[in-house]
Amino acid sequence: MDLVEQVKSRVEAAIAGSRLEIVPNDSPSGQRSLLVDAEHGVAVAKFLRYDMELRLDYCSNVTGVDWPEAEVSQKVKVKKVVEGVEKEVEEIKKTKRPGFLEAVYHLYSMEKKHGPVIIRMRTEDRAERNHLPSLMPVWRSAEFQEREIYDLYGIVFEGHGDLRRILMWDEFKDHPMRKDYREPDDYEYEPTPHDEVLEKAKQHASQEAAP
Amino acid sequence: MSDAIIEPEVKEPETQVVSPPEGAGEVNYTILPKPDSSGELLEVAMGPQHPSTHGVFRMDVVLDGERIVKLKPVFGYLHRNHEKIAENTTYLGSMPYTDRLDYLCSMTNNWGYALSVEKLAGLQPPERAEYLRIITAELTRLVNHTCLVGFLLQDMGALGTPLMYAFRQRELILDLFESLSGSRMMCNYMRFGGCRVDLPAGWLEQAKKVTNDFPRFFDEFEKLLSENEILVARTQGVGVLTADLAINAGITGPMLRASGVNYDIRKVDKYGIYERFNFRVPLGDHGDVFDRYMIRVLEMRESLKILGDALRDIPAGPIMDPKAKIRGFRPKAGEAYGRIEGPKGELGFYLISDGSPNPYRYRVRPPSLINLTLLEDMCLGLTVADAVIILGSVDIVLGEVDR
Repeated sequence: MDLVEQVKSRVEAAIAGSRLEIVPNDSPSGQRSLLVDAEHGVAVAKFLRYDMELRLDYCSNVTGVDWPEAEVSQKVKVKKVVEGVEKEVEEIKKTKRPGFLEAVYHLYSMEKKHGPVIIRMRTEDRAERNHLPSLMPVWRSAEFQEREIYDLYGIVFEGHGDLRRILMWDEFKDHPMRKDYREPDDYEYEPTPHDEVLEKAKQHASQEAAP
Repeated sequence: MSDAIIEPEVKEPETQVVSPPEGAGEVNYTILPKPDSSGELLEVAMGPQHPSTHGVFRMDVVLDGERIVKLKPVFGYLHRNHEKIAENTTYLGSMPYTDRLDYLCSMTNNWGYALSVEKLAGLQPPERAEYLRIITAELTRLVNHTCLVGFLLQDMGALGTPLMYAFRQRELILDLFESLSGSRMMCNYMRFGGCRVDLPAGWLEQAKKVTNDFPRFFDEFEKLLSENEILVARTQGVGVLTADLAINAGITGPMLRASGVNYDIRKVDKYGIYERFNFRVPLGDHGDVFDRYMIRVLEMRESLKILGDALRDIPAGPIMDPKAKIRGFRPKAGEAYGRIEGPKGELGFYLISDGSPNPYRYRVRPPSLINLTLLEDMCLGLTVADAVIILGSVDIVLGEVDR
């Protein structure tokens, strides 16, 4: 499907300064997505929604994904002198990828009946700079789903208007869908220490002591 | 191909509601609207134990006299973080758990999940399995819609009779499911690349008998209900939803088609083997509660057409893709989004694989939750009794809303 390239060139031609990047997908589904810079997020979304050719009037699915800091190994071709002859050798290069949170939007067109066009936006990091522009002003279907991402992942959507917790209760502190979420030792209202709970508490204590 | 960009029409979706009262659908929810009569505003928490909320669901309603001036849905009473549980188990391990999402329609939930994993892993179910999937999914649609109509009438105050009529008919299909999968409601029937078991002896004949009985039930049901004066008076012109607003808010399924938008994923995506079947997509004119009721009745009649063809044409053969692995199933790293037309709307599953036996990210796109986006817009200015039937016509199951 070359739709992704078309969409990319059209968006970049229409919106000055926007930087889009195609995210590859090796699975047989072949659904590649477009990484949009958060700065131009709303402008790009508006273009996708109102452009005559695309008319992506239906935002089906909005999701958060957590990517903690990790070591990524990449195959890189390096020129090396092997036994006196210069050759291209594949080497595995390990780089440290900083952690970030990601919001993924699956867009379809009800008018033209095509799709999906998948766009994603990434936060700068997982702690402080976790803000993204909200696309709820463009697609109202993002209302509850962005609230859910805020609740479970902790991405703050600017311009949402009603960003409250939706599934967890208001007093809840953490974001349970994050990969490093630590579940409580005990789920009881009045904790009663017994075997399982004590074991879990011990485990958590050792994890905290380790780094 | 023209490059002209249409300037976004400055149409706030909120203003498209038919005669909204002042302050309708304002995004700033913290400001309470002013009462236009001299009375005081009354805050009522409808639910989570209210019988009309179809489960543990709460609507925080602000009333001015009899009229609703603000309505906020509150979720999460049934939240068990289904997505996190699925990330901590294998791909197959969360298949039984999908039954518990929308616990009335376990077969379509299975199919939605199986379809996404098949996209992720590149599997193709054989012919007979596709037929089995269509048969079970359309039977599920009948189950869901009969239930919905029964519950809607129950919400309207027709206690007992319509619901029992609907349940009597639904039970016949659940018997079929039980003899096929071993369980009435938690079927856990589909697998990646096919189905779990083949049909037992005599199942097709029984299924044909059940589906052949259905038109008579519909005729009886419709005679009882569709022209009933009370039903018409209570539902027509109530909870009107315009097409533009419905599309913008991501409403799907019968609710969207009741507003007149021709969008059925069975026709658009042609997943499975739906392009082989001849069926029509019923559309509504007004987008009110009556249309939503009628669409369901008409859709059931179309489902019967599909069922009739599928039960006649089902071929013999294997029911599993030979490439499918049950043990040690590890799809290649990548992602896939698969969606089906569930009885309630678009049911999607978004999966990210990192090459391990567990999904890295597992997401359910719940139609019930997203169809509730416009609940407030539909209810503003109406009475509490209307809000109850509007909620009934949205068709929610809390297992899916809260996940």
